[in-house]
Amino acid sequence: MKFTLSWLQDYLATKASLDDILATMLKAGLEVEEVEDPGAKLASFTVAKVKSAEPHPDADRLRVCTVDTVDGEKQIVCGAPNARAGMTAIYAPLGTWIPGLDFALDKKPRKIRGVESSGMLCSTKELEAGDDHDGIADLDGKWPLGTPAAEALGLTDPVIDFEVTPNRPDWLGVQGIARDLAAAGAGRFLDNPIKKVEGSYQCPVEIRLDAPDACPIFAGAVVRGVKNGPSPDWLKERLKAVGITPRNLLVDLTNYISQDRARPLHAYDAAKLTGTVHARLGHEGESFEAIDGKTYAVGEDMCVIADDSGVIGLGGVMGGQSTAVSDETTDVFIESAWFDPLRTARTGRTTGIISDARYRYERGVDPESCVEGLNFALAIIREYGGGEVSAANIAGSPPKRDMRISFDRRDVARLTGLEVKPADLKKMLKELGFVIEDAGEAWYLTVPSWRFDIEQSADIVEEIARLVGYDKLPTTSLPMPPEGRKVMVTPAQARLRTARRVMASRGFLETVTWSFMPKAHAEMFGGGSEALTIANPVASELNQMRPSILPNLAVAAQKGFDRGEREMRLFEAGPVYIGDGPKDQRNVVAALVRPVAERHWSGNVAPYDATAAKRDLFALLAELDQPPERFQVDAPRQPHWHPGQAACLKLGPKVTVAHFGALHPRVLKALDVDGPVYGFELNLNALPMMKARATKTRPVLKRSDLTPIRRDFAFVVDEGVAAADIVRHAASAEKKLITGVQVFDVYQGTGIEPGKKSVAIEVTIQPEGETLKDKDIEAIGEKIVASVAKGTDGVLRG
Amino acid sequence: MSEIETIEKEALGAIEQAGDLAALDAVRVAELGKKGRVSCLMKTLGGMSPEERQTMGPKLNGLRNRVQEAVEARKAELEEAELEKRLQTERIDMTLPPRAVPEGRLHPVMQVFEEMAAIFGDMGFTVAEGPDIEDDWHNFTALNFPEGHPARETHDTFFFHPQQGAAPKVLRTHTSPVQVRVMEAQKPPIRIIVPGRVYRNDWDATHTPMFHQVEGLVIDKNIHMGHLKGCLIDFVKEFFEVANVEARFRPHFFPFTEPSAEMDVKYRKVGESIEIGEGDSWMEILGSGMVHPNVLRNCGIDPDEYQGFAFGMGVDRLAMLKYGMPDLRPYFEADAGWTRHYGFRPWLSPSVAGGLS
Repeated sequence: MKFTLSWLQDYLATKASLDDILATMLKAGLEVEEVEDPGAKLASFTVAKVKSAEPHPDADRLRVCTVDTVDGEKQIVCGAPNARAGMTAIYAPLGTWIPGLDFALDKKPRKIRGVESSGMLCSTKELEAGDDHDGIADLDGKWPLGTPAAEALGLTDPVIDFEVTPNRPDWLGVQGIARDLAAAGAGRFLDNPIKKVEGSYQCPVEIRLDAPDACPIFAGAVVRGVKNGPSPDWLKERLKAVGITPRNLLVDLTNYISQDRARPLHAYDAAKLTGTVHARLGHEGESFEAIDGKTYAVGEDMCVIADDSGVIGLGGVMGGQSTAVSDETTDVFIESAWFDPLRTARTGRTTGIISDARYRYERGVDPESCVEGLNFALAIIREYGGGEVSAANIAGSPPKRDMRISFDRRDVARLTGLEVKPADLKKMLKELGFVIEDAGEAWYLTVPSWRFDIEQSADIVEEIARLVGYDKLPTTSLPMPPEGRKVMVTPAQARLRTARRVMASRGFLETVTWSFMPKAHAEMFGGGSEALTIANPVASELNQMRPSILPNLAVAAQKGFDRGEREMRLFEAGPVYIGDGPKDQRNVVAALVRPVAERHWSGNVAPYDATAAKRDLFALLAELDQPPERFQVDAPRQPHWHPGQAACLKLGPKVTVAHFGALHPRVLKALDVDGPVYGFELNLNALPMMKARATKTRPVLKRSDLTPIRRDFAFVVDEGVAAADIVRHAASAEKKLITGVQVFDVYQGTGIEPGKKSVAIEVTIQPEGETLKDKDIEAIGEKIVASVAKGTDGVLRG
Repeated sequence: MSEIETIEKEALGAIEQAGDLAALDAVRVAELGKKGRVSCLMKTLGGMSPEERQTMGPKLNGLRNRVQEAVEARKAELEEAELEKRLQTERIDMTLPPRAVPEGRLHPVMQVFEEMAAIFGDMGFTVAEGPDIEDDWHNFTALNFPEGHPARETHDTFFFHPQQGAAPKVLRTHTSPVQVRVMEAQKPPIRIIVPGRVYRNDWDATHTPMFHQVEGLVIDKNIHMGHLKGCLIDFVKEFFEVANVEARFRPHFFPFTEPSAEMDVKYRKVGESIEIGEGDSWMEILGSGMVHPNVLRNCGIDPDEYQGFAFGMGVDRLAMLKYGMPDLRPYFEADAGWTRHYGFRPWLSPSVAGGLS
């Protein structure tokens, strides 16, 4: 919302400086976005008198002027055809920056075709203060030499732009702004009530309200014999200053009153109206051509203005082409009505029309301002356009609202910590337009009709706090809760933090990628359900909530590689979505490596592969207090993994905790990613929580004095047998004494028949109580061989 | 020269002459071994009379000890020499590079979440969370955004497709719905912060469709707006790690707070970077206010008994300000170069006592 300082002063008697006004706006909650002082950029320009203007000896179109300036007499070469002796002009000294040309004059006099020129005489266009480009500014002779150009050009009125919050539609009028600033101490509010304009005949336009909920009041009047032409200069200047292009008196005045009093009006060409004007709901199949030239379908939910010809306006949104005023209009019908905010907002959304009227009506227009707004319009028309005014035709009445609320004045201190004297409370509230019935502690307040944001005591507290100023409130550090500090994060949150640090410490770069992705990607990774499709995505390829983070990481890794990165190791700890319910979000840790083999002088290093991904996953699990023996490794259950080089990690038969290994080449191809790519995705929510212990004391360390014994075995098994099965069967051979089984070699080739493999394990046996004799160890060895043979058909390799 | 003296001389000489450990060991066996000369002499002690033994015993023991000591001494010498010789061959060019260890980094936004949590944790807050996909009630209605209210339109909401008459689910436009979830589930006193992802349908130089917020909520019997000011000023000082922060609070409008306030801090530009706390300009950093009585009622809390404040801040922007990151967009691009440059070392764990950054 823009307004000028002088416009504000119509409603605010004040001696406050611009800075004070701005400070008061800020204090009262009118957030200033920009202040444009149109004179500021013209500070160097002043009024000068042209003494003589002689033809240039060497150029027909140039003149050599002798000019009296603030800097003394100057010789200035000028190309303007209108430069003449005795003229009052605008002078720019050497070195001045010319805003309209966006360059600065030289600091030293310059010769133009051999004649020295010390400065410049300017056009208003060059000053960005007008559009005369036929010559230099030709000012009224009344301006004395040295007058600032801004003053002579009438550019002394600062334009203030501020943000109107949705709760304060009354700030969409200069009058409303002034009322708040007065209450906040910036001056005295001038109400400037509008006198009733007496009509000399009955309004010839009948008004019927067929939908009183949508339009409960409609005041109108006709002015006959109007001369519609350009508006008076003051009106045009004000509109231009706030960015509205003047058209003609009838259009301009509706814009002006809207801006001045937050009171939208509509002007119809009365000659184009046929029959009674109705405010009613739309009918199925109706359509209407608006003044923006577009045709809109009318809905049954919309409030329309209609006459015998059909719909001629969408109430509170936009008027119609067929009855619009033009320069030829002589008889005008002015509408000043009230439209229901919610319905207006819906109509606006459905039609997509963005208009000044809609903006105001959907936030709330003072329903009590209909008649006064109409009179304001009639007064302006009569003064500047002439004509004969009819009596006002007022159909309906303002909607009934319950405007009485109770206010407990102790709430001010209770909610803000601020003590305000009752007398001061009363003064401020009265200035805002509240009517107060003092009943001791509780007051009853009648809320002014232009306010839609006041419902209860807390709302009044805000009024008081902002008018006093938030800087006057106490500043009190938050006292510790009596029960003291708590552990800030839950165990699940702590686990996520640990996971992130583990991954970063293992050489992975943390990423934060979009929660949404292309639907096609989501579908490849087990997602893509309709419930998780965004109806209005920011971009068509970001339309599906992610079921996995891996596609984002894979695409990013490829992008990094294309940009010249070598090995990319990325991870993200964040949400994935399996449904749209509040419990359907999972926190996962996804890690991905797009390997590049490292070359090293000591011999090449094996590149990152599926087992490296497993190592990273298990290292992470270990740091999260998840012992590896808790889990079972099984074939992948998700289709985006390589069927032979990936696996899932299960916790019992039903719960899948993680997947790891190589991504499926087909999926990578679809993602446009060069493989191989390895990684894992761990669902933190599926991991069991460590049980909270009653005490921090650790259990006693149990350690044997007897040295552990290690024995190696190699088994020949079918190549399809999982190493983990050999390990499991070996370990179960003597559960009490075998404390570890480790695979250290897998071999296929010479000496092993095709289709078989040799798997070598080291078994650790920990004696308990007494040393084991050779025969005891031998017996354990036999049990191991038997157990592996039974479980895997493995044969001890000879 | 007695036999003992002869043996001693010969033995010591042979020990001296031994050129390597094997030769030395041969001498040791020849003298001190089971059948060695010294050992054999020692054995003759058994056949001697007590008188003879008294004189010969010390002599023979002396012989054995001296030979033994000489062997030990020579052994040490030879070992030392051998080690020296070996060391000459064990040379690596220690200027050669070791195997590379990939360096990981933490994302600035995630780190800044933890910095904020550390500060608020020190003030007695705990961390609460809620879902990104929200229903209309939690994201809007319970927060006093009436249906059709223009304030809803300012949120640029992402919608899912509506299902069977219900209002469509949304991607939460702020972390405030978690206020509602916590108040619905828990009796006051409440003191929480809510870090999380939020979403708005807006994408330009200063907006991304996904960004991060930290929400705060304090509900108790005597919490007033002065506490809001004190708490947030304390926070800003800790967060920017400066002794002084000049701050101001201005009225603003949020449907779910009344009175509402935006907080500005002073800053100055120094070259390309920004110093927060003092300076010539104001910068808005967060929105806040006393929890609206309608919101308390919507969550089953009596506004005549309990009151409190809430605040919400954009984490991405605060991270930019603190760490001088010029642009928001690379945050979500998983750009390795950017992450290595602006990211944090893995074991830098922020705490108020131990330092935030």
